[in-house]
Amino acid sequence: MDLESMYQEVILDHYRNPRGRGLREPFDAEVMHVNPTCGDEITLRVAVGTDGEPVLKDVSYWNQGCSISQASASILCEELEGATVSEALAMTDEFVNLMHGEQVDEESLGDLIAFEGVAKYPARVKCALLAWMALKDAISQSHPDLAEPIDGDLTEISVADPQRHELNTD
Amino acid sequence: MSLDVAAIRQDFPILQRTVRDGKDLVYLDTGATSQKPRQVLDAERRFVETSNAAVHRGAHQLAEEATLAYEEARRTVAGFIGAPAKELVFTRNATEALNLVSYTFLNATLKRQQDQPLPDGADRFVLREGDNVVITQMEHHANLVPWQELSAKTGVELRWLGLTDEGRLDLSNLADLVDARTRVVSFVHQSNILGTINPVNLIAQRAREVGALVVLDACQSVPHMPLSVSELDVDLLAFSGHKMLGPTGVGGLWGRSEILASMPPFITGGSMIELVTMEKSTFAPPPQRFEAGVPVMSQAVGLAAAVDYLCDLGMTKIHDHEQLLTGRALTGLEEIPGLRIIGPCDLVDRGSAVSFAVEGIHPHDLGQVLDDRGVAVRVGHHCAWPTCRRFDVPATTRATFALYNDESDVDALIDGVRSAQKFFGVS
Ligand SMILES: Cc1ncc(COP(=O)(O)O)c(C=O)c1O
Repeated sequence: MDLESMYQEVILDHYRNPRGRGLREPFDAEVMHVNPTCGDEITLRVAVGTDGEPVLKDVSYWNQGCSISQASASILCEELEGATVSEALAMTDEFVNLMHGEQVDEESLGDLIAFEGVAKYPARVKCALLAWMALKDAISQSHPDLAEPIDGDLTEISVADPQRHELNTD
Repeated sequence: MSLDVAAIRQDFPILQRTVRDGKDLVYLDTGATSQKPRQVLDAERRFVETSNAAVHRGAHQLAEEATLAYEEARRTVAGFIGAPAKELVFTRNATEALNLVSYTFLNATLKRQQDQPLPDGADRFVLREGDNVVITQMEHHANLVPWQELSAKTGVELRWLGLTDEGRLDLSNLADLVDARTRVVSFVHQSNILGTINPVNLIAQRAREVGALVVLDACQSVPHMPLSVSELDVDLLAFSGHKMLGPTGVGGLWGRSEILASMPPFITGGSMIELVTMEKSTFAPPPQRFEAGVPVMSQAVGLAAAVDYLCDLGMTKIHDHEQLLTGRALTGLEEIPGLRIIGPCDLVDRGSAVSFAVEGIHPHDLGQVLDDRGVAVRVGHHCAWPTCRRFDVPATTRATFALYNDESDVDALIDGVRSAQKFFGVS
């Protein structure tokens, strides 16, 4: 595989110029997620408006980590600006599907489709999903009726392709 | 005569394979786990195919042969670190060996509170209010978390020696940290992240002054240098088979005879007992006392074959070879603009684990570019997260050089780093 297909221009651009980075108030829930194998971490806040259809009024975050985890958080912020909670959760599910190498509706993923190449690298899938799992967790904490709590490590991928090897030991 | 790396590489089947669409594998992750030569795989296979049986049980010929092979392996591995066989306990890995030690303190303390029998000399493991344990800021989690747990369960104070900016232990407050209430000083011989080799006997000397036990995590030293416990002033020493060309699932805890004899058991059950009634049991002498259940047999036999392999090459030669490669790597890496070595930059008291950070490129991304070129390094916090924090990096990239690496492997690393800088536009 060539590096260019993994590090698409969109990813590098978001990495170099992250959108929406920085923690803001007010918020309904704040969560901190880490990827213990590499130390990537994110603190993410959500503010949910519940007059009528629940919407994400604000998602703000602070993170450190590799280009994949940083770009993924930045794209999350951009793609979900003004989204309803159900749109956000649907996008999360679809992104998880993409990372697990399953069939997806490319249209619905927006810029996230740039992460397609990452799905081939189990160790990086966790980086890509970090912000999204944090989002889901934050929504379920602030509004348990809107999202199922995170159950176990959702970033753990099922290895369907025997060619894939986990990278981190030690 | 230096090592014949080309010939050595022929013994390691995995080094013949390619990765990522046909790239030659450049394996620089021996610090995480070493590759295994055919001789080790053959020894394990031979044992399983000809003599497999539960050791120390049964009266049949296979059980006899298996027991002989297992005990012979113990003699070989113990001899490798200059110890008599009876002073070596086989464990599952170094992590278990270190837990065995920390749990000895817990178990001795709890048993004393219950007025339960303890071996003679076990007092050295019984903790009292106000006692402390001293470790360092460069410990692998395996020699940090068990002590944190001991502290959480007993209230014993956990202290640590800090680090200098160069990546060496800051010993300026050694005499204060290790005081009359220090019961154990446990530290790493060679840091798996910084490469630093610590002055064992200097630290041990202070521990002796206050009567503290000395425990050494020798995971990264036993595989890479000549080492004898007779020259190290320590009481207990842990190491790992899979980092020294041996199989996974086997490690070792060496302990001076009288120390092992004074330790209550850790994992309990079959094979480690003397007499058992429904009410209570008495325990076998070491090393059996610490090897509950059917032990790691084929792994121990494989580890002995790994030791034979290392001895045939010669540990001094292996060490010299790795120093040569490390020197070349340090020089080449230091010339790269924006690259910072995390750990000592010269060869004085340092081994072949070389960690670094590259300005503007996260280690994960750097590792990806290297991987794309077939170069396997470790990225992350290397199970030494507090050490990373000490140097203000979330993670590092680490290369380790071993007996099967040569200059071209070092150069592949350096070229790879430069090409990553080009790819991410930071050079
Ligand atoms: C310095 C050090 N201590 C302890 C360990 C743990 O070894 P094991 O995985 O064999 O338990 C390692 C392995 O990474 C290490 O490098």
